[in-house]
Parts: sequence; structure tokens; C-alpha cells
Amino acid sequence: MCLGVPGRVERVWDADGISMGEVDFGGVRKEVCLAYVPDVGVGAYVIVHVGFAITTLDEASALETLALFRSIGTLEAEFADPLAAADSPPPTPPLEATP
Amino acid sequence: MKYLDEFGDVELAQRLLDDIRATVTRPWALMEVCGGQTHTIIRNGIDQLLPEGVEMIHGPGCPVCVTPLEMIDRALAIAEQPGVIFCSFGDMIRVPGSHDDLFAVKARGGDVRVVYSPLDAVKLARDNPDRQVVFFGVGFETTAPANAMTVKLAREQGIGNFSLLVSHVLVPPAIRAIMDSPTCRVQGFLAAGHVCTVMGMAQYGPLVQAYQVPIVVTGFEPLDVLEGIRRVLHQLEAGQARLDNAYPRAVAPQGNPVAQAVVAEVFTTCDRQWRGIGMIPQSGWRLSPAFADFDAEQRFEVAGIVTQESPVCRAGEVLQGLIKPHQCAAFGRACTPRSPLGAPMVSSEGACAAYHAFRRLDAPVAS
Ligand code: SF4
Repeated sequence: MCLGVPGRVERVWDADGISMGEVDFGGVRKEVCLAYVPDVGVGAYVIVHVGFAITTLDEASALETLALFRSIGTLEAEFADPLAAADSPPPTPPLEATP
Repeated sequence: MKYLDEFGDVELAQRLLDDIRATVTRPWALMEVCGGQTHTIIRNGIDQLLPEGVEMIHGPGCPVCVTPLEMIDRALAIAEQPGVIFCSFGDMIRVPGSHDDLFAVKARGGDVRVVYSPLDAVKLARDNPDRQVVFFGVGFETTAPANAMTVKLAREQGIGNFSLLVSHVLVPPAIRAIMDSPTCRVQGFLAAGHVCTVMGMAQYGPLVQAYQVPIVVTGFEPLDVLEGIRRVLHQLEAGQARLDNAYPRAVAPQGNPVAQAVVAEVFTTCDRQWRGIGMIPQSGWRLSPAFADFDAEQRFEVAGIVTQESPVCRAGEVLQGLIKPHQCAAFGRACTPRSPLGAPMVSSEGACAAYHAFRRLDAPVAS
């Protein structure tokens, strides 16, 4: 839940006075609140936490982080169906080391 | 070196490790405050790559773990009420209350929904004007701007059937409490990067001064964590205590002033119980009096909460860094991610869950 995931702002609009945007997280697109990063426009990279952009990030860093997150499955975990994920926690590995 | 391939830049990881090995001359105990960093450390075996004698103590920075039991029980009682749609982040669904968890309430017919963003809960309230929609607003400073915005929006848009059950916790008072504890062994801190993205670094300078302890603002990726550890160790070996920023790509010294302003408008500082740890003065945020009408604690009368922790769970000692998860007798036996006895086994940021997921199954220590 505390994760911040970088993504690219693809679209920006105003929803009743609140700046909203569509952000691409390496293929997954989500609606994100941009109220806390007032100066960003299309093409900017932002770090998004629980649906809110909290800061901007340079492109190279963002792409590096996204590549890492993709390779270790973090993106799937972050954007999985949350209730299904809560319903099926990871399987229990065997306790080899138990005496 | 089986873990290094997940570091992205293997060569850089090796260079950082070599530098750490060349620097360290004696044992040191460092604390990573944030549960996300704990996850990275255990997942990548960073603690095992460090020189003998350098210990990583896992801090209390998992909001799921430290949300007070009384608040979980209150959430369960509210979620159970007819006409309520109770919304939460996914990690909170399995957190054990005294008798139950939100998942059990849902199974009994309660309308419990998991949302990706708290704004989804405001939308639900707008779409269901005949229902009461409650959002469980937990988290550290990183999450507070999002939760604060929901209340502001609900007020501006006249959404009267929305309320927030707030249990925010703050990092700097926790660091103070850790340093003040008579059992404290921590000699240097990795501060939580995204907390500082929001709040900036100003609150940490006084802590460095007061306790003469190095604090390095650190990110969450394996290389970030390694670099944070390297910088703390360099300070310790040189006998220094400074505030340093190893995560400048996402942390500006002043933080995010727009977010800070909204948080200051909506929330006010309060004493807060930390599950497993106890009361830490001025360590939380609750809704300010101006937004009290959106406070779920006031809107829903919940009487007679009698909290009861699992008698076997040693989460308090885990969260204070006094034991490692596998030293709990229930670890991996009575307590697993599928049937957690304590909150640190629930969230991926919890130390017990991280040890379990990455098979830190060292034999439980006989007591
Ligand atoms: S392993 Fe389970 S029972 Fe033991 S301290 Fe961790 S959460 Fe509590």
C-alpha cells in the first residue's frame, strides 16, 4: 500500500476544479489525481501513490524503476484485482528448516 | 551471489557492497523505518550480503501493522452496520481485529469494498446517496494527502454521506520514541523516501542533533537501499551524525508544499496508539475540528469495544526490533499469510510476511 509507482502522464483534464490525469504505468493505465503536482502536463513522469501523484520524476529514472518493477512482479501485484489479491494471499512455503 | 541479479545494475550493486565491506570495521545496528524497505531487504537478501556484524533492525513503518487494534475493531463494527459501504485499501482486509477481520464481515454479508484510491470511495458515495460510505484512512505521511483530499472534495461537492475513519501515523515521533526507549540499539536510520517526498526533510535535522544519530533519506529499490546503508555506515565509521539524502530524484528538501498545505488544513496532530508498541505522543493525525462532520468516529456510535490481542503473537517485539519474525514460535506454523495471527503477517510490508514470503525459515529459536 505504501508503494509509489512511476508512470507517464498521457492525458490531463479538469474534474470539477480538480486536476486529473490518465497515467501509463508500463502498459497499465489508471486515472490519477494530479492536484499535488500542479505544473505537470502530458509527457511528464510522476510517482503515484494510492491514486495521487506526489512528485515528478525524470524519465530515465522512471523507466528504470518500471523495468525493475515489471521484472519482479511488483506491477501485477499493485494493479491486481485488490479483493481477489486480499482473498488469496501467497501460498505457504514448506517449513524445511523446522526442527 | 544469487540475489544480485535482481538489483538491476549488478555491477553497481557489487561496487556498493565492496565499498561497504571496505568501510566497516566493527558491528553496527541500522534501522530501516519503512516496511517497503524491509520488503526489499528481505526479498533481495541485502541483510545477508552485508558484512558480518552489520545488522538491519526492521522498524515499525508498516501502517497495516501499527494501526491500533481498537481502531480495527471500530472499523469492523462500522462495516457491520446496515446501510454502510465500508471502503479500505486491500492490505487492511485481512488484518486481525480482536475477533474478526474485514474479510469475515464481508463474508457475513457486510458491504466491504477494496479501493485502489480513496477517491474511488468518494465516487461510491456520490453514486449511492442513500448509503453511508466510510473510508478507512490509514497510513503514514505519504498517504495523508490522498485521504485529506477526499474530505475536502466531499465538502466542496456537498457529499454528506461520506466519512473518513482516520488513523494516520507519523515517522519523526516514532524515531524519537525508538531513540528514547531504554532497549534501543539503533545507531543509524534509513528514513522513508516517500514520506519525505511529501513532508520534506526539515523534521529530521532536530532528531539528528538531539540523538547524534545519522539519518539518511532512502528509496525503496534494492540499489537505493544499499546506497542508504552505505551512507549511514560511512557516517558511523567517521564518527559523524548528519542528515543526508540518498533519494534526491524523488525527495526535495522542502517536500511537496501543495500536499502539506492540504494536510495541514484537514488534519491536526494527536497522540496515537501504535499497535504492539503503545502510545506515542503527538504521533498521529486526525481530522481537524473544521472537518469533524466527516469523522466516522463521531458519525457512528460504536460502544463497548474490548480489545484482545492474540496471546501468542509477538508483533510488538518484532515491530520494536527486539526479535526477528522467525523467533516467534507461531511463525509459519499457527501464523501464516493465509491465517495471520498478527498484523505483520498480513501486509507485504510487514516483517513477518516478508520473512515468510522469502523463506527466512530459520529454525525458531528455542526459548
Ligand atoms: S509470526 Fe505471526 S504471531 Fe508471530 S509475531 Fe509475526 S504476526 Fe505475530
